[in-house]
Amino acid sequence: MGASAETVLFWIFAVPLIASAAGVVAARNPVHAAMSLVSAFFWLAGIYVLLTAHLLAFVQVIVYAGAIMVLFLFVVMLLSLTDAELGLEKLSALKWVGVVGAAGMLVLVVSALAQSGPRAMRAVGADFGTVRAVGRILFTQYLLPFEATSVLLLVAIVGAVVVAKEKI
Amino acid sequence: MVPGTHYLALAAFLFAIGFAGVLVKKNAIIVFMCIELMLNAANLTFIAFARQSGSMSGQAIAFFVIAVAAAEAAVGLAIVIAVYRTRGTISVDEVEALRDR
Repeated sequence: MGASAETVLFWIFAVPLIASAAGVVAARNPVHAAMSLVSAFFWLAGIYVLLTAHLLAFVQVIVYAGAIMVLFLFVVMLLSLTDAELGLEKLSALKWVGVVGAAGMLVLVVSALAQSGPRAMRAVGADFGTVRAVGRILFTQYLLPFEATSVLLLVAIVGAVVVAKEKI
Repeated sequence: MVPGTHYLALAAFLFAIGFAGVLVKKNAIIVFMCIELMLNAANLTFIAFARQSGSMSGQAIAFFVIAVAAAEAAVGLAIVIAVYRTRGTISVDEVEALRDR
């Protein structure tokens, strides 16, 4: 892939990504926010492909845009909130402080990045980020965290059932 | 070649949007969605640094972040349902049992 094509693709993925992320915050209806979030996850998967993280791009689409978003939409459906319950998002003074704080953090990080200078990408082999290569590193170097993750997911299953159950 | 700074700045934008959402929104479900955005921004940073250094460890860590995010969403949304059942609201401003007065 040529250098200019990569730059064009970066902007094609980055601009809608930021727009749909802003849509999550701007939406009043939780279903609209969820749809914006699905869109953001898909654009982010494109960015992952540009970074030659092919396995993670697929995991992003399957786990985030598939499983986690279905969970969110199910909860939105179960709660069936009316407009009165959702309430108007009134921006009190404290919330403006929150917006200013987030903007300040952004300025801080971006200025630190600008000072650190350009970061040239290293040339990587053809198998970088593939299922085979990442799978090998997960099952050798990161075997213990990988197994701990299965315990974590089991705890999350039991915890979710216990918390959401009406009578324990 | 897109320099790594672009990807890191993009992650910073994503994180700031999620952070602003967590502070501004009242609906607990949308607050959770904004937390997912922040986790994704952290993932993007991991993957950008993995690509820059030519090591796949960052991608392995991002894989674990996705698994933890799935667990967090399951437990967090269960808590939202429990709060709605006991208090009849999911506005983060009105659930204040633990607030110090």
